[in-house]
Amino acid sequence: MTESFAQQPWLSLVTFLPLVGAFVIALRRMMVRADDNGVLDPKEQAQLDSIARYVALSFTVGTFLVSLGVFVLYDRTLAGYQLVEEAKWIGAGISYKMGVDGISILFVMLTTLLTPLCILASWRSITDRVADFMIAFLVMETLMIGVFCALDLVVFYLFFEGSLIPMFLIIGVWGSKGTKVIAGVEMPSRIYAALKFFLYTLFGSVLMLIAILWMYSQAGTTDIPALQQFSFPVGAQKWLWLAFFASFAVKMPMWPVHTWLPDAHVQAPTAGSVILAAILLKMGGYGFLRFSIPMFPVASADFAPFIFALSIVAIIYTSLVALAQDDMKKLIAYSSVAHMGFVTMGIFTGTEQGIEGGLFQMLSHGFISGALFLCVGVVYDRMHTREIAAYGGLVHRMPFYAFIFLFFTLGNVGLPGISGFVGEFLTMTGAFITNSWIAFFAAFGVILSAAYALRLFRQVMYGDMTKSELMEITDVSRRELGILGVLLVLSLYLGVNPGPALSIFSPAVDLMIENYDSALAAAGVR
Amino acid sequence: MEPFVVLLPLFGAMLAMPVGRAFGARAAEWLTTSFLALACIYAWVLFFRVAIGGAAETIPLYTWIASGGFEASWAVRLDTLSAVMLVVVNTVSFLVHAYSIGYMKGYGEQPRFFAYLSLFTFAMLTLVTADNFLQLFFGWEGVGLASYLLIGFWFKKKSANDAAIKAFVVNRVGDFGFALGIMGIFFVFGSVDFDTVFGVIAANGDAVPFGYSMGAPIRDLTITFIGHDWHALTVIGVLLFIGAMGKSAQFMLHTWLPDAMEGPTPVSALIHAATMVTAGVFLVSRCSAIYEFAPNAAAMVTLVGATTAFFAATVGLLQDDIKKIVAYSTCSQLGYMFFAAGVGAYDAAMFHLFTHAFFKALLFLGSGAVIVGMHHEQNIKKMGDVKVLLPLTHILMVVGTISITGVGIPGLKLFGVPVGTAGFVSKDMILESAYAAGQAGAAYGNYAFVLGLIAAVFTAFYSWRLIFLTFWGRSRAPENVRKHPHAVPDIMLWPLAPLAIGALASGMLFYSQFVGPKSDEFWNGAFFSRAEIEAAESLHAGASMDATALLDHGVNAVSGDHQVISDLDADANLHSSPDETHGVANEIVIHDESGDHDAHRFPLWVIWAPFFAMATGTLAAGWHYLRGDPLKPGLLREGGMIYAFLKNKWYFDEIYDFLLVRPAFALGRFLWKEGDERTIDGVGPDGITAVVAASAKRIVRVQTGYMYHYAFAMLVGIAVFITFVLFTTGGGR
Repeated sequence: MTESFAQQPWLSLVTFLPLVGAFVIALRRMMVRADDNGVLDPKEQAQLDSIARYVALSFTVGTFLVSLGVFVLYDRTLAGYQLVEEAKWIGAGISYKMGVDGISILFVMLTTLLTPLCILASWRSITDRVADFMIAFLVMETLMIGVFCALDLVVFYLFFEGSLIPMFLIIGVWGSKGTKVIAGVEMPSRIYAALKFFLYTLFGSVLMLIAILWMYSQAGTTDIPALQQFSFPVGAQKWLWLAFFASFAVKMPMWPVHTWLPDAHVQAPTAGSVILAAILLKMGGYGFLRFSIPMFPVASADFAPFIFALSIVAIIYTSLVALAQDDMKKLIAYSSVAHMGFVTMGIFTGTEQGIEGGLFQMLSHGFISGALFLCVGVVYDRMHTREIAAYGGLVHRMPFYAFIFLFFTLGNVGLPGISGFVGEFLTMTGAFITNSWIAFFAAFGVILSAAYALRLFRQVMYGDMTKSELMEITDVSRRELGILGVLLVLSLYLGVNPGPALSIFSPAVDLMIENYDSALAAAGVR
Repeated sequence: MEPFVVLLPLFGAMLAMPVGRAFGARAAEWLTTSFLALACIYAWVLFFRVAIGGAAETIPLYTWIASGGFEASWAVRLDTLSAVMLVVVNTVSFLVHAYSIGYMKGYGEQPRFFAYLSLFTFAMLTLVTADNFLQLFFGWEGVGLASYLLIGFWFKKKSANDAAIKAFVVNRVGDFGFALGIMGIFFVFGSVDFDTVFGVIAANGDAVPFGYSMGAPIRDLTITFIGHDWHALTVIGVLLFIGAMGKSAQFMLHTWLPDAMEGPTPVSALIHAATMVTAGVFLVSRCSAIYEFAPNAAAMVTLVGATTAFFAATVGLLQDDIKKIVAYSTCSQLGYMFFAAGVGAYDAAMFHLFTHAFFKALLFLGSGAVIVGMHHEQNIKKMGDVKVLLPLTHILMVVGTISITGVGIPGLKLFGVPVGTAGFVSKDMILESAYAAGQAGAAYGNYAFVLGLIAAVFTAFYSWRLIFLTFWGRSRAPENVRKHPHAVPDIMLWPLAPLAIGALASGMLFYSQFVGPKSDEFWNGAFFSRAEIEAAESLHAGASMDATALLDHGVNAVSGDHQVISDLDADANLHSSPDETHGVANEIVIHDESGDHDAHRFPLWVIWAPFFAMATGTLAAGWHYLRGDPLKPGLLREGGMIYAFLKNKWYFDEIYDFLLVRPAFALGRFLWKEGDERTIDGVGPDGITAVVAASAKRIVRVQTGYMYHYAFAMLVGIAVFITFVLFTTGGGR
């Protein structure tokens, strides 16, 4: 391969290819003539829907293939940023800059892999405004990939905040039915959830934006690699750290700013839940690793006990809450919060095991919780309820589904041999060698996760099938089997052989820890 | 080739369901069973090669998890300890597979059942062949999963589902300790490999835990764990043992095992008697290096084991469900194994594990035959006189009973081998070890000896009670059952034959190797002994002294400082030639010699005590159940306090439910409703959301379409805002 081949703007291609797909659909949509009330001819509508589906699928699959190419070009033995591309943009230290390293490359891959699966999962379940849905999803993909590739703070910020909008729409427009009265105002539950999601995240972002501006005024650049080398004054680090924390903690989400997540998950359509759990949440952890620790090392070390405390509370508190849920999606959402607790705990130990474990946990959670939401979607599409009590004895009619659901339930429980275990164990090991109290408390999550996850499985799957509505329920279709099968194979493979992922993380993580430790030593903290 | 002994059952597990679907249940049954037959033969081949032939080896496969300094591999470790387990697991598993062909007939679902059985076997084999703690943990959780699936095999039954979840969750409580123990090992040693960890302990090497500026010799090292300073090896030993308590259903974490009897009977025989539940004993034996140098942890093992032996035997006295009696009996026998390991007699513990596998699997599979014959009745009060209906089963069950109760001739040795059933030989070994530990000054040795003796009385009582009520006396079964018992197929009986032979003879056959004169050669360094390590070290220390004096020195060190080791071992050292001892010292390869129990060294009453305990229990059972109406109210009459206390298993389930289970659910609900919904949402998000929603009502109310505009406005807003700010701060120059 020639040098120039590798120097093409591959990352920009991966990032913006889905956006091109969105434009194609939008153009096709404009070509359809509507009547005066904006209603399409049903036949044309059906044609448009179908085209939108196929365009979205081909563009997301295409993106995935291109990202595979990027993956091949990526040299996993190197620690720094690769495939870097830079273009003049605003100027004065603000430019359009993209690049990946060991921390981000796998999240790019995760995004490009899951998006086509989500398109497939929505193939039949989204029937309303299909073209719009696909546009939203494609835009979403561009923004998510952009977040992980951006090497300029302003570019990052645009992608990071922009990703709010399509998700806001996906929840608000294609969310489930039902209304809710909040503080005397009656509104559709999905609107409540969408607004809550939006306000929470916006609150964090505003603080982050202010911090970004201050950093720019100090460093004179928004170039991320440069900022990682720039030592901010110790006194200022604290405030900058808190501002970034506000944003990432909400995304993660960490206790106590997690309450938007269960609502958002419950209301979002299946594909929305998958993307939310598998990728959007990871932006928080990614942010901590990309910004908080490298740029504000002293503050990170100072605040680590605070993070540990919040993580432990998250693990135990949300696990207990998960035990009490009677909505399938809510239960999985709460368990996500608990699992993200392991991630934050691991990241801030500053140990190789903790950070690599946290990264691995994020990756694996992407497969496992994504798959669990897809599993809920399978029965939701058939019965239109997420209530645990509405099910029971499904194993009689849906043996394949039962097997898959069981697999991912066990993955959620952290059974060795499935990817969930690796991250959980490594983060706890990192915690143990930092302070055994942390690991001690986190280990309670191991007990509780078994209780809530198996309880869910048992109530949905086992027992006699007594409810007459369920008698005709059908097992997973070939399409559903294919989607879930991909995730199953991946989480099993990474469970018995996590090496390929861990070895990609480790050069970048080692470098990061080296810088972190020397920054702390320079500041006289350690 | 060796990995196949582990992998064959995995292939069986993966193929069972597809093959069952394609070619019918029969094909799945025979496929998995023949894979197990191959694995079983291979296991015996390896046993002779590794354990008898002394060719231990470790076959590394590939790295599983590597992160920073943490590294764990997949491997097949073949030493005597794992070879013994391989034989036990594969033999019993093969017999249970074959038996299940008969037992599961007509239920449907055989492929699923056989897939689970094989999956279990695979997980158990990875556990016993691990060469590091993490692979062991993989197997550990894997058998837990298989156990969960098999207990809940009849998933229509609520009780089966409850029991399955209970088993998994209670085991997770144990794993809580186990996982922390593994992390603790990594923290201290920087490795989770057996050879590294045990080697450092044996050599008393310096260990520097992460984040510590100074290390210390490992045997004196203290670490801070949850806010206190502890002796490192003790913390690790206790944490690992908590895991063992869960898996092996020891006192306090035992509650899942009786409930696990909801699973089909072959499962109870394989998993909940012969193999999985012994994993804890295996773990403690594997970690002998740790427990030898953590006397307090070893004391805990002994105390918990002895208490379990006693406790479970008391509960077993009054159970009416044939399987629950055998289940409590298992629990109790596991207690024996643990206290043997706790007093340092790992060989005796493993010996009992080995013999127990035969007689307990026999008793369970025999019970299964009774249950099938009696139209799926499990209550022995509704049986009686079954010997007429199932004569062969009756004989086999009696064989199992004389083995577990320990029938034999105390004090007699023919060709250097004690004369008695398997249970007799191995249980005596354990009780004598406990007595010896007590004599050497360890109070918990005496505790274990006394409770072990009392438990032996109870063991004889409940075991014979089972036989008398089930097989003897007048039949209390309904007319149609008596007249038309279900036929027990041959395939359910022939697997019992090898088990019966084992129950009778395995004690005598393998005495010399496991605990007798050949035991050093047999175990080949699989166990560590503090006495020998320290004797070897003092040999090194005083090289100028002559050999005999050195040996005396070694003996003093043993009896003076370390009460755990019986002075018998030291005596054994005295008799060995100086050259041989030097060999030990130079290699620092350590083997256990506590097996050299010479019966003549014990007082006569100690030698006869187990026999009298057995006789007392047997006679009491006979006196009570063979005279007149066996259901007449007896000493522990129904309605009495003691009766209720024992019948309700010391109220453990009720107490746990009250203290742990209900509060956890209530707390979850409380945190959700009061914490999340009222406090967190109430303070901020809800109010703001409502205000925004109200002000934006006209836009949002709206069907969907307007959401777009709203979102677009946000996007534009963000862009404008950023641009504005950038320009005002000078970004646009």
